[in-house]
Amino acid sequence: MDLSYTPEQDAFRAELRGFLAENLSERVREKVRLGKRLTKVEMQDWHAMLNARGWLAMSWPRQYGGAEWDAVQRQIFEEEACRAHAPRIVPFGLKMLAPVLFKFGTEEQRQRFLPPILSGEHWWCQGYSEPGAGSDLASLRTRAVREGDHYVVNGQKTWTTLGQYANWIFCLVRTDPDAKKQEGISFLLIDMNTPGVTVRPIVLIDGEAEVNEVFFDNVRVPAENLVGEENKGWTYAKYLLTHERTNIAGVGFSDAALVTLKQVAAQTMAGGRPLDQNPHFAARMAQVEIDLMAMRTTNLRMISAAAKGQAPGVESSMLKVKGTLLRQELSALLRRAVGPDAMPYLPDFLDGGDNADPLGPDHAPAAAPGYFNMRKLSIFGGSNEVQRTIIAKSALGL
Amino acid sequence: MDFELNEDQVMLRDMLRRFLNDRYSHEARRTVLASGQSYDTGLFSDLAELGILGAVFAPEQGGYGGTGTDMMVVFQELGRAGVIEPVLGSAVLAGGLLAALDADGHSALLQQTIAGETILALAHSEPQSRYDLGHVTTRASAANGQFVLNGAKVHVLNGAQADMLLVSAREEGGPTDEHGISLFLVPSTTAGVSCTGHLNVDGTSSARITLDAVTVDQSQRLGQPGQAHAALEAAHARATLALCAEALGAMEVAKALTVAYLQERKQFGVPIGSFQALQHRLAGMLIEIEQARSAVINLAGHLEADRLTRECHVSATKNLIGRVGALVAEECIQMHGGIGMTDEYALSHYARRLVMIDHIFGDVDHHLDRFIAFSGGSETTGENANAG
Repeated sequence: MDLSYTPEQDAFRAELRGFLAENLSERVREKVRLGKRLTKVEMQDWHAMLNARGWLAMSWPRQYGGAEWDAVQRQIFEEEACRAHAPRIVPFGLKMLAPVLFKFGTEEQRQRFLPPILSGEHWWCQGYSEPGAGSDLASLRTRAVREGDHYVVNGQKTWTTLGQYANWIFCLVRTDPDAKKQEGISFLLIDMNTPGVTVRPIVLIDGEAEVNEVFFDNVRVPAENLVGEENKGWTYAKYLLTHERTNIAGVGFSDAALVTLKQVAAQTMAGGRPLDQNPHFAARMAQVEIDLMAMRTTNLRMISAAAKGQAPGVESSMLKVKGTLLRQELSALLRRAVGPDAMPYLPDFLDGGDNADPLGPDHAPAAAPGYFNMRKLSIFGGSNEVQRTIIAKSALGL
Repeated sequence: MDFELNEDQVMLRDMLRRFLNDRYSHEARRTVLASGQSYDTGLFSDLAELGILGAVFAPEQGGYGGTGTDMMVVFQELGRAGVIEPVLGSAVLAGGLLAALDADGHSALLQQTIAGETILALAHSEPQSRYDLGHVTTRASAANGQFVLNGAKVHVLNGAQADMLLVSAREEGGPTDEHGISLFLVPSTTAGVSCTGHLNVDGTSSARITLDAVTVDQSQRLGQPGQAHAALEAAHARATLALCAEALGAMEVAKALTVAYLQERKQFGVPIGSFQALQHRLAGMLIEIEQARSAVINLAGHLEADRLTRECHVSATKNLIGRVGALVAEECIQMHGGIGMTDEYALSHYARRLVMIDHIFGDVDHHLDRFIAFSGGSETTGENANAG
């Protein structure tokens, strides 16, 4: 039992810290710190900055331009990036599609699709959920019919995160309507510039259109864009979902949120003293910090197990549930710390307008929208109810 | 002991519910907000014509109600419909203060307010005051028989739509002294008053108001010099009741939307409402909403009690409503899934209001502190009072 990092890991952390200090612009840092909305270009610049250093595809094999970092290195990166208020890495191409292509794609598909992910030429989004297929994803109905050397796709996807910026979408489509529901699904890569693809933004509770509906009307997709075998898509989807969940604890985000919360609570006067000296509020902060300290170790324990080659299984469900609850609690505490100044809704300020007035402290305007946005964490990527069912079945045998 | 509404209150409730069902829809509210208006002025006039503003004033003030129960009935309905029109800010808070402090001297203004023809706003909160009613640094300096007001006010409900402001300012004492605060009537067009309106997260509107050498006459001071704190506290007690009743109405609708959705939404071939995990959560939420109803009734019944008892109930009720409001908002969104987070669907608007209500007139922690301070050694919390 040893909780310390190796000298190599400490050196790695120092190297990351130096890189971020040197390369990340103050403007972007401030936007992330204050919870402002990033533009597409700001997200692309962040990817390009990492790619130039060879760190964008952190888990990919070196031969494809990856860094081959192990799970602990990736965790250290997450911590340092959050600490530096770096943007998040847009995961769809890098962390979701790529692992599927490595495991199930052809070499030709890897050569064709991986380089544009690194260069930023392709921005991927995820076509999984449908209006009638959420928790019960396997009931999806978007139909792909083989006609010669094409599939013709009709249907609708929804909750497509950042789909408004994407030019490619990986989709689960139904290729055999007569088979058992999990057995008639295929994994298809679709160029969103193909005629018949329509993207419609969905404005959410925080006032932002972060997710979209994507409609497919007789969209012709070349058959070579099928990943793996026809009707085996569910297997690939499950693999991808497991992958999606390994980083879902979001400990780095929670660490950064706790730092911000403590700063705000120290600066905010409430009833004649700083809020962090109010016993009720101090107790709430302490409680979440104690939980987070344990969560860091839970996360590292599960990461070490994964590093030793144990496939992430039910552990990722546990990380997701506890990790998302912590992030939500932190966002609720920040909202409360801000007090009445959380009331104004100031989209110009949130969009990064240089002259926009925050009408209070600059950390205030994003507090309530951020809290409402965080409600998504327990809904997406398999809702926390779905995760608890998995835990009950897989870990408890119930 | 009687927990029933009287005949007039039942009529008031039914009439208001019918009117709002006919005239107030989620889509119409979204359209108004999307157009950049802070509320529907025509609808507000109609509410006034219907007598809804009169219901929150006592007969001697020019109204026909004004009891805690009347306020509860009205605001529960406004909460059910998600009304953003300025009933709370103009009638209950500013209008209530005007009526309490100087009903005779300004009866015409009060009548115009009750008729919905004039909008009042209380300009009281300041950038550093948070939830502390006694924190006033705006100065009122006497000079040549007049007063000069200087300071900044924030979170002024419907401040940018108001014709007349009630401005709190300090004539003497330190920044947090209860003594020394006066209230002044200031027309919003007065030289030196500048106002920046903004939308709030929950669809309501507020303003930041700066007072730069605003000159007012002696006659514009309401009530006794430096004695406004007690009236501000009593008016906030009434406004807190209104807000908590509004929250209760919003909770009822959020729950109803969720129950309907759980019956209609199918996953794995069955309505998701057939899953016991969700049934239990909804059942737990229902229990909490009934607690919220009782808390609102408790406050309604103690509005006219002595100060200590009243404020004990203000803080108890606001604390409980804050906790249950967040629970209902979070649980209803979670049980809906993604659809519960969309702007297009009514639930997200009720959820926003329920959560943001905790940021108005003091949050859960603020009222926990106050409750501890007010209830220490007091045995008044168990007594019953007449709800009216």
